[in-house]
Formats: sequence, C-alpha cells, structure tokens
Amino acid sequence: MAILDVADLSVEFATAKGPLRAVDRVSFGLAEGEVLGIVGESGSGKTVACRSILRLLPGERARIVGGKVLFEGRDLLQLAEPSMRELRGGRIGMIFQNPSTHLDPLMTVGRQVAEPLIYHQGLSASEARKKAVELLRLVGIPDPKRNADAFPHQFSGGMRQRAMIAGAVACEPRLLIADEPTTALDVTVQAQILRLLLELRDRTGLAIILITHDLGVVAATCDNVAVMYAGRIMERAAKAELLRRPLHPYTEGLMRSRPTAAGRGRELHTIEGQLPPLGDPPGGCRFHPRCIHAQARCQTGAVALEAASITHSTACLRWREVMAPA
Amino acid sequence: MSASGIALRRRLGALSPLIYVGGGICLFWAVLALAAPWIAPYDPIAQDLAATLQPPNAAHLLGTDNFGRDVLSRIVWGTRLDLQMGVLGVLFPFIIGTTIGALSGYFGGFVDMLLMRLLDVTISFPFFVLIIAIVATLGPGLIRVYIALALVGWVSYARLIRSRFIVLKHADFVMAARSLGYRHLRIIFHHILPNAIMPAVVFCVSDAVIDIVLGSSLSYLGLGIQPPTAEWGLMIAESQTFIGTAWWIATFPGLAIVLLAVGFSLLADGIAEQLGIRD
Amino acid sequence: MSAFLEIDDLHVRYRAPGGIGDFLARRPSKTTRAVNGVSFAIDKGDTLGLVGESGCGKSTLGRALLRLTPTSGGSVRFAGQDVLSLKERALLGFRRRAQMVFQDPYASLNPRLTVAETLAEVFRVHRLCPAGEVAERVRVLMARVGLPAEFSGRRGAGLSGGQCQRVGIARALAMGAEFIVADEPVSALDVSIQAQILNLFNRLQREMGLTCLFISHDLGVVRYLCRRVAVMYLGRIVEIGPTEEMFRNPKHPYTRALIEAIPPMTPDAKVAALGLPGEPPSPLDLPAGCPFHPRCARAMAHCRSGEPPARRRTGDTDVWCHLYPPNPAP
Repeated sequence: MAILDVADLSVEFATAKGPLRAVDRVSFGLAEGEVLGIVGESGSGKTVACRSILRLLPGERARIVGGKVLFEGRDLLQLAEPSMRELRGGRIGMIFQNPSTHLDPLMTVGRQVAEPLIYHQGLSASEARKKAVELLRLVGIPDPKRNADAFPHQFSGGMRQRAMIAGAVACEPRLLIADEPTTALDVTVQAQILRLLLELRDRTGLAIILITHDLGVVAATCDNVAVMYAGRIMERAAKAELLRRPLHPYTEGLMRSRPTAAGRGRELHTIEGQLPPLGDPPGGCRFHPRCIHAQARCQTGAVALEAASITHSTACLRWREVMAPA
Repeated sequence: MSASGIALRRRLGALSPLIYVGGGICLFWAVLALAAPWIAPYDPIAQDLAATLQPPNAAHLLGTDNFGRDVLSRIVWGTRLDLQMGVLGVLFPFIIGTTIGALSGYFGGFVDMLLMRLLDVTISFPFFVLIIAIVATLGPGLIRVYIALALVGWVSYARLIRSRFIVLKHADFVMAARSLGYRHLRIIFHHILPNAIMPAVVFCVSDAVIDIVLGSSLSYLGLGIQPPTAEWGLMIAESQTFIGTAWWIATFPGLAIVLLAVGFSLLADGIAEQLGIRD
Repeated sequence: MSAFLEIDDLHVRYRAPGGIGDFLARRPSKTTRAVNGVSFAIDKGDTLGLVGESGCGKSTLGRALLRLTPTSGGSVRFAGQDVLSLKERALLGFRRRAQMVFQDPYASLNPRLTVAETLAEVFRVHRLCPAGEVAERVRVLMARVGLPAEFSGRRGAGLSGGQCQRVGIARALAMGAEFIVADEPVSALDVSIQAQILNLFNRLQREMGLTCLFISHDLGVVRYLCRRVAVMYLGRIVEIGPTEEMFRNPKHPYTRALIEAIPPMTPDAKVAALGLPGEPPSPLDLPAGCPFHPRCARAMAHCRSGEPPARRRTGDTDVWCHLYPPNPAP
C-alpha cells in the first residue's frame, strides 16, 4: 500500500535571469516498509524534490509549480500550513546531511529529542524526557540517561547523527526522509548508521527515502532506486535490476566511473562535460549533450519515463538499441 | 519573491534602491561643493550691514544672518568643509586601522596582543571626550581635528579587519599562497585584504556621518573651524541668540547637516544590503 | 640509494589553549598529538596513498611535510635535504619542487582573482620567465590540465568544482613541482567529475614522473591510483604496503575493518554485518598502549597497556600490531 505518491512534481527558482526549473515533472512513490534510494549528483534536484514533500523549500524564491504529493491519500501541496506543521516531525520525519548544523547547539540532546514528543503528542516534560532517553538507547547512544543532558558539541559526528535520527523517529512517523545522512561521516560509522536505519525499518515498518550520491550505499540498503539528473528522473527500478542491468546511459556512466570499476593505471571511464545550466536546459533529454549514444531525436520533444518492465522504467529514448543486455 | 518584485529589481539594474537614493543625495552635495563658486550668489563672508537678519526673500533665498551674510551662499560654501570632514575624517582612521588590524590579525601572538592592548586603552575613553581633549590640547583648526580622529577613530576599523583576517588566514587559498612561497606582505595586502575589506568600507561610509556631525559639533564648540569661515556647525553656534527671532539662520544649516548625514547613512545601508544579497 | 622522500619519527603536537578554569585549577594544558611518530618513505615517481578516518592526522601530516604547519619532532628528508631546517632561499627552492593540492576546490582559490591572474602570479612573483612570456606559459599550463582557454577570465565562483580543482593542480605545477601532496583532492567532487580529475592525476603522473602522496578517506580511489598505501589511525601509521596485497589480505584489524566497511556494489550487497563498534576517538584523549585497542575485536591484555606496537614486517608489508611477531633484532 503506497504511503507516498509524488506525481509530476515541478519546482522552480526565481532568479535574476528568469525562472530556473530545479525539479521537472518528477514522479516516484514508496510503500510501507520500503527503502527508496534517490541517487544523483549536485544539481540533480534530489534534495529540492524531497524537501518539497515537506514544503521546506529555501526562501521565497523557490516555488512548487506543479504536481501532487499524496501522503496517506492527502495532497500535501494543498494542505494548509498548520496541518503541514503537524506532519513535520510527526507522521513524516527528516534527517539531514550535517548533524552539526542541524542540531541546536544551545539545547541539550535530550531536550531536542523530547521536543517533538511534547509538541506533537502533548506529552509532559518529564514523560517526554523518559521517552527521549529510551529513544537514545534505541539508536545506540551509550549511557543514554547521562548523555541526554549533553550538548551536541560534546558528541561525535556519528552520535549526533544518531541523536538526530532519534528526534526524527520520536513520534513514530510512517515516512522518514534521509538527506545524505552518511555523507559527512567516516566509512566505519556510515555502516553503523545505515544498519540503524534498516533496523528501524524492520522494527516499525517505517518507509525511508534515502537521498545519496553514493551507489554503494544504495546497493547495500535500498529496495528501489530512482536516478535523477538535472531535475529529472532518468531511471527508476528495483535495486537489483538497476545494478545488474542499467537501462540509461547516465546510470551506466555513474557506475562505470567509480574508481573500483577500473584496474589501476587504466583510464577511468568518465562522463564528459558538465551539468547543463538549469536556467537554460537542453531541449529533449537533458543528458543528451554528454551522452555518447545521443542522436538527433534525443534533442527534441518531451521525454517521459517508459516502462521496460513492471519494476524498471527509463527515460532513455534509445534504451532498446543501446542498453541491450550483453 | 513576487514576480513584480523581481521585475522592479531588474529595472533598477539589480542595485538596491537605497544606493540610488543615498548616492543621489551625496552626489548632490558633491556637485554643490565643487560648483560653489558658480552656484553661490554671494561671497559667503561678505557682510552687508544694511541687510541683517532678513527672512528668506527674493534677493536672499534663505535669508541673511546677523552680519548680513547670505545664508544660502554660506551653506553652499560650507558644503566643502563638511563634505571634506566626512571624507578626510574617515580616510586616516581607515588607513591606520586597516593596517593595524591586518598586521594584528595575520601575525597574532605578541604583535596582536600589543596592538589589541593599545586598542583597549584607546577605546576605554569616550570617543567625543577624547577628541575634544586632543583638539583642545592641540588648538583649534581642521587639521588638528583630523589628527585627533586619526589617533582615536582607527579602533573600529582595526577590529573589523582583524576579525576578518583571523578567519581568512586559515583559508585554503592563503595556505596555497604560503605554499607557493609568497612573502607575508604579499599575502596580507594582495590576497587577504581585498577579501577582508568590505565590512570596513561599509563602516567607512556610516562613519562619515559621525565625522560630519563631530566636525560641526567641534566648530559649534569653537574648537574646529574658526569664524568668519562658513561652516554649518559654526553657523548654528553663531545663531544661537537669534533662534527665536531669526529661525532661518540656524534651521537651514541644521537641515543641511541632517540631509548630508542621511545621504551617507542610506548609501552605507544600501551597500551593506547589496553585499548581503550578493554574499 | 635513499628514497626521494623520507619521514622519520615525525611528531606534530598542539597545545590546546587552557581556559581560566584550567589555570586556576592548575590543570596542565591538553596536548593533541596529531601526528605521533610517523615514519615512511616514498620512491621517486611513486604514488603513496594515505588513508584514515577523521581525526587520524593525515591532513596534518601532509601539511607538516610541506612546512605549512610547525612540527614538534622527527625529520623529513626530501632528495637528501633536511626539509625541517631549511630557511629562506633554500626553503623557496624546496617549495618549488613540492606543492599541495587542496580538498575544497573553491576555498583553495582566491575568490577575487581570475584563473589567469592566479596562475600568472606564480610566474611573475618568482620571475620564472620574462614578463612577455607569462601569458603564453599560463595558456600552456591551462592546456596541460585540460582547462579550455576561454576560462582564463573567470573567477572561482564562475567555475565548477572540477574546473577549480584543475586550476589548483595547474597552480601546483606552475613552478615545476616534482612532488605533490594531494589532500583529499576529489572528495568534494561528484563521482563523474571525480573520474575526470583522477584521470588527470594519472596522466600527469605518467607524463611528468610526479611523485605523489595521495591523502584520502576513500579506499576505492586510493586503490585505483596508488601503488602503495599507508593506513593511519590516531596519529600513527598502522599498516603500509603494496595496495593489492593490502586489499586482498589486510594485516591490521583496523585496515580489515575499513575495507569491510566499503559497501560493495553488487546487486545482493548487504550492509557490513560486522563493522567497527564506536567511533574514531578524539586525538586529545589517546588511549594507553596501542591506540586502536578500544575498538579492536582482537585486543589482548598486552595491547591495552605497555608500549604501542613497533613496526614489524611481514612480506612486503609493514604493520604495527602485536598480533604479528616482532622482527628479530638485527
């Protein structure tokens, strides 16, 4: 049963040079207990798209200009702001890349984890604190009673991220949006945090959107994957299928340009060129200027996702010819 | 931002409106100062004892004072002095303060400690009191005012520049410059300073306001410009006894001071906002 | 024949400035041992990878080598010269031959200077060529790192991360460097751009015979680029040896944990079942004995107290761990 259904979401930024479409008709969804990975590099629009779900866009210059975001059947884009505030931290939680900047440095960790409980569930301060200590224990923070009174700067990076997760799941949300939660962490700690997220999923049926640029993280944790580039989804598939047989040249390029894919000393496969300017994107498929398979028809016309199978869709026009199995 | 807000910004050429208004006012005064010989209808110190204390009329647009001197001409000519006080009054503190702040922030250690103790001493005295004390010691005259300002006013610039330097000296591009073997002086003035100077420049413009008022106040107290030179503060001082009967002698110079100060203030705000947006 | 670069028992210590409370309580000021007795060597033309997690001291080590950070003990010899005692002219000579490439591509460029100005400055300040030739030398340098000439008038804000990094590399090469310390040069770049810059490193190394110390937390990158790898933990090297050997058969428990924590990209991958408990501790609070013992699954009593393990050799690899027999005294 789908918890979240994003349909044709588009987000524009107003700039001095005109509107810039950071997210263009993006559609994805996930069911209860599913982990959806959204992969993309900088400028792909993955963060903007996911923040739009909670309507947490930066500043007045960003606007959602189209689409629907159905959460438990309700369109969040039509919801009044007070109702949105109830959802944030309540039924939908979010964690961010840099826990140092997303935790209030002047508030103890325990209070920050307790706050959503007081705000959303109306618990008293002492009840909330008891629950907060339990949550800290749940996420693996040692000596939670004492550490609840510590300040974020006294925690290490991994502990801060755990604390942020505790705060985000305090009200038992149905959906957790995790924006690059492990990018700023050391690789040994990264494994711990990813494991924690999967444990929470197993225990509570939490659905997780995991935003990342690292295909390795996706491979280890996600059920389904959406690959974004320049504001659009290029490919969407079950993880195993995507990794086994990508159906979009961009996905394939990403996979092949990882250093582990080549032998030492050999030239690494690269995706030539740079991200196109989003204020003036290329016509047709936005990836075509950098694509080795591009042809005339890739430069014109709208490109929508085409289903190659029930569990695999691609936006590549030429997938049948160029992405055929070996 | 709304669509009309964006359009407005584009029409104004992406500069904050404060810069236009403030800059416009300052430009007006600058032009007045430069063109004084041609704009002022009368010699500012020429007395006409037959026409004393005349209210604004056709012959004297802003009236005359107790010596029959044309108020308008005195204001126009006084612009040179007050504008000069605003500009030169900040120039020396700016240069001295920037240099001290840069050296202090960059080298740290003993140099920093010494210079900051000097700063602490200077700043412990109330600004105006210190200025007045120095000028009173040195004697009246504009040059002495500038000396006093240079000795006292450098403090704010030093602090602003120093705090930027403390942050920037750890920046990667500074480390790169060191690794390339560039000498300290080059790194300080060619690399760090251009990136550190903006807050001081913004402060400069609003500091000018203080200096204009200060210069006028000192003249009012008899410590700055001496009569019969036309200067706005002096005009106000000389017209004290006539405030009730000949309001125009004090009011117009006072308005001039306010208008010039407002011009600089708006310009400073505009620049700060402009940089804030761009940052 | 001595190696091109030789580090011997290098130490870098910082004194954390104490507060009034510490002063009044007569507490000794805390010392951070960022680099705690590091020794290794790099041959000419070779690339040594230096990996470790945050707080291990790898960046500090890189800067200390280039005299960008003061050292507290030990020696650094470059082409036979004692680097740490160089002064003035000789130091400048060293700087010409040894340069650094930084992690944050935007922060490493002066935001007010254009690409051309940044590069030209090196030539001008050091008078590397007649003034009239500077523009041409800049053009050649830009071409060498794959920067199109039309970028010469742009500033950092107008460049992408990859392009900024190319400028940084060009700047490092402008004086004719033979030895590059690359401090996480691709960590801030997207994967597709990372590949471009890694290819550039590879090509330059081949064409110019560069010797390189490549600092990174990304084992995948290091495995691709480096012939030998050193693993650092809490200011010490714990293992150093040929790359392939290390990945196939890691000796030190920490190396093994690092390698196992890399998520593999296979369709049926799972998050590492093991993985290391705890976190890299702060270098302010060094444990006694072997620095790794609090997190080591195989720690023995000997590891918790007594001296930290000394270097011992097994095959081509040096490892600092009590699990391996000490070498017989010569």
